[in-house]
Amino acid sequence: MGLDLITGLTIFVLAVFVGFEIITKIPPTLHTPLMSGSNAISGITLVGALLAAGIDHGALARTLGTLAVILATVNVVGGFLVTHRMLGMFRRK
Amino acid sequence: MQQTTIINLAYLLAAVLFILGLKGLTHPRTAVRGNLLGALGMLLAIVVTLLNQDIIGYELIAIGLAIGVTIGAVLAVKIQMTAMPQLVALFNGFGGGASVLVAGAELFIYQPEGPTPHWTTPVVDPLVISALLAGLIGAVTFWGSLVAFAKLQEFQAFRKPYLFPGRQVVNALLALVVLAMLVGAPFCPADNAVYWLLVLVASVLGVLLVNPIGGADMPVVIALLNSYSGLAASATGFVLGNTVLIIAGSLVGASGLILTNIMCKAMNRSLAHVLFGVLEAGEGSATADEVYGGRVKATSAEEVAMLFESARRAVIVPGYGMAVAQAQHIVRELMEVLQNKGIEVEFAIHPVAGRMPGHMNVLLAEAEVPYEQLKEMDAINPTFPQTDVVLVIGANDVVNPVARTDPKSPIAGMPILDVDKARTVVVVKRSLSPGFAGIPNPLFAADNCLMFFGDGKKAMMDLVAALKA
Repeated sequence: MGLDLITGLTIFVLAVFVGFEIITKIPPTLHTPLMSGSNAISGITLVGALLAAGIDHGALARTLGTLAVILATVNVVGGFLVTHRMLGMFRRK
Repeated sequence: MQQTTIINLAYLLAAVLFILGLKGLTHPRTAVRGNLLGALGMLLAIVVTLLNQDIIGYELIAIGLAIGVTIGAVLAVKIQMTAMPQLVALFNGFGGGASVLVAGAELFIYQPEGPTPHWTTPVVDPLVISALLAGLIGAVTFWGSLVAFAKLQEFQAFRKPYLFPGRQVVNALLALVVLAMLVGAPFCPADNAVYWLLVLVASVLGVLLVNPIGGADMPVVIALLNSYSGLAASATGFVLGNTVLIIAGSLVGASGLILTNIMCKAMNRSLAHVLFGVLEAGEGSATADEVYGGRVKATSAEEVAMLFESARRAVIVPGYGMAVAQAQHIVRELMEVLQNKGIEVEFAIHPVAGRMPGHMNVLLAEAEVPYEQLKEMDAINPTFPQTDVVLVIGANDVVNPVARTDPKSPIAGMPILDVDKARTVVVVKRSLSPGFAGIPNPLFAADNCLMFFGDGKKAMMDLVAALKA
């Protein structure tokens, strides 16, 4: 691990607080797009999947990595696209 | 500058873009841009990752990306707005599944330095623990989401929850096994076997936990799984030592937890009760015959049209039934006809109406109802006494006054829309069948309530026709 545990935990806890601050301000009318959009963001695992699929660590790790790339890409692409589609529908009078 | 420094700075920028993106979602006007900022952050993170010099070949990556982009894009473009809850459930699951695979792959290639763990000399390795957590949360998310998807899609096998006796005991035992494996990991050198065994147990747990949960509780489950998919990504970030995963994952984890909390409050139930409890009609609850017994008045499209003719203010209360009947477009047409007659029209949205947070809002937005007309429960409740006609379409438990009056009722204390305080309430419904809580609704027998029996869409079409006549 290129990151020591305490630094990682610090980042984690602070980011949770940032998340709480922002997300409590999101109006209920946008809660579905929030879920699909934040869901797309959680597809960030794709970064790890790309490395697992691409780096020479043996066939097994690369196979797992490739499967993960597929799952995470569906999550990312589908999530952002469907959120975009939904948000386009929210109009003013 | 070193390449790793550039990559890490790019990840930092991506994390900032995610935060700005979520911030954009705080208002409908800035939301589209916010989502694009989030997508830009993701693109940046992907591109700099691909620059990593240790990558030996791009074939597998290209194949994986091509398949993923195709499936994701087709699903996102083709999906009907009414089916949004199951799509989000599916995407949640895929995110969790990806975390399981990445953490698993990382454990395969991991060569720990220092002493090998043994039962006499435990070694607490943060990477191994993080990987186990990623596998646990990810597997629960993946399988739980697939079951939620199957339920929302109404696959035959998942229509009725399979409640076998002693399932709580089985769940508790499985949870104990999971705990034992986490605690035992520092004493055991066989990381890979332990990991995949844990994933297996967590998979069973994910299925068993979500399977008994009914349709109306789905908003809570989806929000919780949303949170889990973020936490799984965060745990994977600890495995990889990657800050952008930790940050993005914790943002999503927080978001899902907040939504879970909002949904639970809107039902006046604890999370534990939603997950493990069963809704039961309390002792001494009134039966349908006692509540309705000859006091229910049926009405017709023409009669409702006449009510509206003399109204100045109307409120429409949509529920899951509107989604099932695909009636959102005709409801918007009704709104326009009423507005043309000079009637003020607003929509009252209960937080748990539908199958996921904000479900009704998206359906009505799709039907081009301006979002300013969609009012939250707390904002609209004080206006019901000044409302001439309330039209309830496809909602039941969220307008049941028993929640205020009967402390023994299964929905006692649940915040409801006080539609019974309006001058007249018209309920569009197929029959007098109970809602998810399984209890009769005294509103239907109230003096100021008329039942407009029929399919939601057909009833609305008749009503619009009668208003135009």
